[in-house]
Amino acid sequence: MATESPAKTQGMGAAIKRKEDRRFLLGKGSYTDDITLPNQSYAVFVRSMYAHAKINSVDTAAARAAQGVLAVFTGTDVAADGLGGIPCGWLVKGKDGSNMVEPPHPALAQGVVRHVGDPIAMVIATSKAAARAAAGLVEIDYEPLPAVGRLEDATAPGAPLVWQEAGGNVCFDWHLGDAANTDAAFAGAAHIVKIDVTNNRVAPNAMEPRAANGHYDAANDHYTLYTTSQNPHLIRLLMAAFTLHVPEHKLRVIAPDVGGGFGSKIFHYAEELLVAWASRRVGRPVKWTSERSEAFATDAHGRDHMSHAELALDATGKFLGLRVKTLANMGAYLSTFAPAVPTYLYATLLSGPYDLPAIYAEVKAIFTHTVAVDAYRGAGRPEATYLLERLVDKAARQLGMDRVELRRKNLIRPEQFPYQTQVALQYDIGDYHATLDLALAANDRAGYERRRAESAARGKLRGFGISTYIEACGIAPSALVGALGARAGLYEAATVRVHPTGSVTVFTGTHSHGQGHETTFAQIIAEKLGVSTDAVEIVHGDTDRIPFGMGTYGSRSAAVGGSAIVKALDKIVDKGKKIAAHLLEASPGDVEFVDGQYRVVGTDRAKAFGEVAFAAYVPHNYPIDTVEPGLEESAFYDPKNFTFPGGTHLVEVEVDPETGVVEVVDVAIADDVGVIINPMIVDGQAHGGLAQGIGQALYEEVRYDAEGQLTNGTYMDYCMPRAADLPSFKVGNHVTACTHNPLGIKGVGEVGAIGVPPAVINAVLDALHPLGVTDISMPASPEKVWRAIQAAKQAAHQATQPAGKGA
Amino acid sequence: MATITLTVNQQTHTIDCPPTTLLVEALREHLRLTGTHVGCDTSQCGACTVEVDGKSVKACTMLAAEAEGAQVTTIEGLAKGGELHPMQAAFREHHGLQCGFCTPGMIMSANDLCRRVPEPSEHEIRHWLEGNLCRCTGYHNIVKAVRAGATAMRGGK
Repeated sequence: MATESPAKTQGMGAAIKRKEDRRFLLGKGSYTDDITLPNQSYAVFVRSMYAHAKINSVDTAAARAAQGVLAVFTGTDVAADGLGGIPCGWLVKGKDGSNMVEPPHPALAQGVVRHVGDPIAMVIATSKAAARAAAGLVEIDYEPLPAVGRLEDATAPGAPLVWQEAGGNVCFDWHLGDAANTDAAFAGAAHIVKIDVTNNRVAPNAMEPRAANGHYDAANDHYTLYTTSQNPHLIRLLMAAFTLHVPEHKLRVIAPDVGGGFGSKIFHYAEELLVAWASRRVGRPVKWTSERSEAFATDAHGRDHMSHAELALDATGKFLGLRVKTLANMGAYLSTFAPAVPTYLYATLLSGPYDLPAIYAEVKAIFTHTVAVDAYRGAGRPEATYLLERLVDKAARQLGMDRVELRRKNLIRPEQFPYQTQVALQYDIGDYHATLDLALAANDRAGYERRRAESAARGKLRGFGISTYIEACGIAPSALVGALGARAGLYEAATVRVHPTGSVTVFTGTHSHGQGHETTFAQIIAEKLGVSTDAVEIVHGDTDRIPFGMGTYGSRSAAVGGSAIVKALDKIVDKGKKIAAHLLEASPGDVEFVDGQYRVVGTDRAKAFGEVAFAAYVPHNYPIDTVEPGLEESAFYDPKNFTFPGGTHLVEVEVDPETGVVEVVDVAIADDVGVIINPMIVDGQAHGGLAQGIGQALYEEVRYDAEGQLTNGTYMDYCMPRAADLPSFKVGNHVTACTHNPLGIKGVGEVGAIGVPPAVINAVLDALHPLGVTDISMPASPEKVWRAIQAAKQAAHQATQPAGKGA
Repeated sequence: MATITLTVNQQTHTIDCPPTTLLVEALREHLRLTGTHVGCDTSQCGACTVEVDGKSVKACTMLAAEAEGAQVTTIEGLAKGGELHPMQAAFREHHGLQCGFCTPGMIMSANDLCRRVPEPSEHEIRHWLEGNLCRCTGYHNIVKAVRAGATAMRGGK
């Protein structure tokens, strides 16, 4: 359990129940597909069945003539209307200073399709069934072209090219760190440990499929778009500036209740643009709702890295240097933040929680004929953590050192903060030894041998796995990310409106799609203003109600969005002080705000916050010459640095050597996520991340075949973690407060997905070590584990045969 | 078109729809009971779970016409007079929901378990819920909520 303040029932630290739960529990949530507008029409997309093909013709005549069909649009229509392509929000420059290859991304295919699911035609009808039926009547004359569906094939000489302008399918060839220093560190090393790892491609799988409902109001020349987005203002910005080409004041984007995002709902997708545009063309609202199999083919995926890494150590096990070479799959088109993920969210994290004096990383981003790869819970940081923690475990084996002690020896010590890494980041604060010890205690490390023997008595191989990790979140200082290629600022905005009777509405630019902001942000207000959380309403997800915002991703909502709210609250409190001073006939300098009351310091003269609010709106007795009526303030907050949550994740598994089935039997984690607003919600965020991390480690993988066919794009084939696949989790926290934001918050949304995958694989390898298995890749499926066991047995058998015998 | 009479949450409705209309489509699109959700197209996710004659059913696996004459209960039919059903209350108490999308199906499924097994173990809960996917909670708090909900449904505290 996270640290609770049992006495508190309202403000920061209170484990209060969520304000938003009631509508969800009653079935009264309002998700995008739940919204049906008057005169609603429905869109279905006709999508490429080939990974790469030339489209000779699209015959829509039969579809247009079908019952209920209002329109069928193709690439010709979007080109004729001048719709913009889907833009990329981040420009990465290569080692030689050259810009990344940034190919066009039309909303509907322009003569060529480049992945299975690439949209070719949009069929709009009066019912979903009619649209679906008519979509089957669209005739497409494809000319299949050679395709490359897998990262490992895409850089081979002669591989089919996704884009002619990207030779070798390279989008960019980028590096970070000091090559010469790192080479010198390796030259002086007593030990060098090498590893090759893949980070498997996974699908985010928010339970609510994407949906979009566009409505053009001709009378007012105004668009409204309902969409499943984590960041409606960003969608409005991209549509206004790049795709729909209408000014912001003519476009309202509403992200209502959103059923999970995990990154996949950050990005601007073509369907959002197309339903808005099509609504104007057909004169009716147009709704599209993704089916799950469509989601597998069209939502941006996550991860998909192949890496080689080398760690240099001295004779005592002290880390001297790290060298990394990574290939990162981009898919066929560049999604909104795709180039940032394997660069500034990945290589910058390669120091992990370790004092690592020399690092050099090279990353090549590669195009393939697959759907785009972009940020998925953790985004770059899980890939860095997985690589580093597999490598450190291997080093411990190679050097004959204890895995825990090797880490302990190399963790950054508390007195080393602020710690400047060799890969651009400066960690402000942390205590990695504290989280390590906390996790070890929760795991009962001392009792491990007894548990191992008990597992062995049941024929099971028990393994212990560890991962000590760091992440960077609270994204992000605008000037810094701008210098690194971001085409947007990453501040956050908030407006706090105090009503005449003292209740409060907060308008936040972040978006809650499961995180519980309606509760936690209300706790911030309760803490600062002394009002009840019941007197606070949090509004998010509507560009017409909220001044601005950059949305929710990168565990930024509380650290960045919460800080914007605090800045606005500070202005409220200051203004209230002037009003209270007038009412109390005191100097503002003599008035303090404590526990929801303005008091004249050292006296019992006081005005309640509600009285001051009322005076602000009924300014009869009021400092009207110097203070405006009303009590509403806005603020933008631009973070000064990233925040750096970190911790230790410990996993125990049991492997059945007969079947290869891996069962996770114990998970004990200790995180430092900074100051905690609501421990119940913080624990819940950790649980969810852990499930996704264990899912990646044991169950999940999106598979494309060599020709780019998606071979497991349904829940029949893609293995989602289910309740029976997971244990209960032991979650602990050790708090060091972030030094550079007003609440001391670091962020918790991604820690589970980042820390746990290598702990799981390290545990599996520990279990299999007695059999001679030294490597296994994610997901460690029963088949893969069973094959590894058989191969190790065979190798051991061959090793014991006399030379010259056997095949 | 077919004319189908459905009894949902103790109210009787007559709808005209194609005979191929699924129960979940009838609920969401004809009766506007949008608390029952659609999360997949292969009857795996369980977000559309409702109660038909006292048993949990994935509403995407059944034609609306098959439910004629049956008593259908959806998530909207659980709370009485504004008071949450004990299972709904337990999900709130134990933070058994985050984005809320899988929640109606989880609750409808959990209620069926608790009618069959009044005092389910963690193991029984986890295996019963195999047909309901959640991507937010890691199931940890859902399991806690179902145990507490079961206790409350037995009349305990």
